[in-house]
Amino acid sequence: MHTRRSTLCLSLAIAACALMPVPSIAADQEYLLTIRNHRFEPTELKVPAGKRVKLIVHNQDKTPEEFESHSLNREKVIPGGAKATIFIGPLKPGRYAFVGEFNEATAQGAIVVD
Amino acid sequence: MFAATLIVFRETLEAAMFIGIIAAATKQLAGRTRWLGAGVAVGALGAIALAFAADRFSDWYGGIGQDLVNITILSTALAMLIWHCVWVSTHGRELAADARSLGVAVGRGDRKPWALFLAVAMAVLREGAETVLFVGGTMAGSGTGDTTSTLLACAAGLVAGVLVGVLIYAGLSRIPVRHLFTATNLLVALLAASIASQLAKALAQAGFLEQWTSPLWNSSALLAQDSALGTVLHALMGYDARPSGAQLTFYVGVLLLIYAGTRLASRGATPLPRPAVSTTA
Repeated sequence: MHTRRSTLCLSLAIAACALMPVPSIAADQEYLLTIRNHRFEPTELKVPAGKRVKLIVHNQDKTPEEFESHSLNREKVIPGGAKATIFIGPLKPGRYAFVGEFNEATAQGAIVVD
Repeated sequence: MFAATLIVFRETLEAAMFIGIIAAATKQLAGRTRWLGAGVAVGALGAIALAFAADRFSDWYGGIGQDLVNITILSTALAMLIWHCVWVSTHGRELAADARSLGVAVGRGDRKPWALFLAVAMAVLREGAETVLFVGGTMAGSGTGDTTSTLLACAAGLVAGVLVGVLIYAGLSRIPVRHLFTATNLLVALLAASIASQLAKALAQAGFLEQWTSPLWNSSALLAQDSALGTVLHALMGYDARPSGAQLTFYVGVLLLIYAGTRLASRGATPLPRPAVSTTA
């Protein structure tokens, strides 16, 4: 009885993990964003509407930064000196603000979709 | 300095509320404090290790190394919570009927709460690693502020976060035992759904998910995600002001999975031995 129940539990747990899909190989347009002296460069990035894009954030500071955007629904910590990839979109036209949460006073920018 | 307190508070809050709910859900489990404590300790140590290794694996697989770690942590926590929900449903009646029966079973060693241990460790690991990275970064980078005041500000955030967790636990503990299970089961199921939604987000961010990644609606005008209530509801039940279709699907899917699982499991559970009432006499 106990074994049957554990089997059920296990299969449910595996089913949960099986929800994970396989990586895609589609080529997305790449955009580079640099962090230097707790500021984003460029502060405004234009991307096309209705397409998923690949954002590469290069943190050139020695300290870590957290890329965060509520409007893009994204957050990711980027260690000092590291490059991180963040997939965003497809987006509707508009302005999507983002900040570096660890240095919010200076690290501000936006993705502009048109 | 206040910014540091706020950031550490936000990171701590989610894990603290998680642990508060789990602690209330397992109130009847003998030795559960030890298991939860071990989960927190292992999670905290792991978080420090993870933070120190972050700049190594961040660049992996074209810059999604950290997402892969995150996805692994979230998947493990999700599986453990689903397991717990189903497991509790097969023992809920025993727990409600006789608080000691399960305590005895755990004491004998045939019912070790590994799932809860792992779930708590994962929660602390995830939020903790970000906190350690932030605190470490602030201390390494701040030429202006002095180290002591930075540490104090961070400690204040940590204490405030833990306090919210304690409040949640204290609040739940006031619920009478016969209703406590219904309440905590629901809360744990919502935690699982919330983790599933975060998993969908992490998969989209890393590029594994291509479909249903656009937001379905935007309720940020109604309740902003970074407002106090928004933050608490996010930690409690995964409130998201701009959820994607995938997030909603994962959220609802996990709730349905838990519902189906608990129904199936409680049907298969052995009925409680009834007290010897003279019905056959």
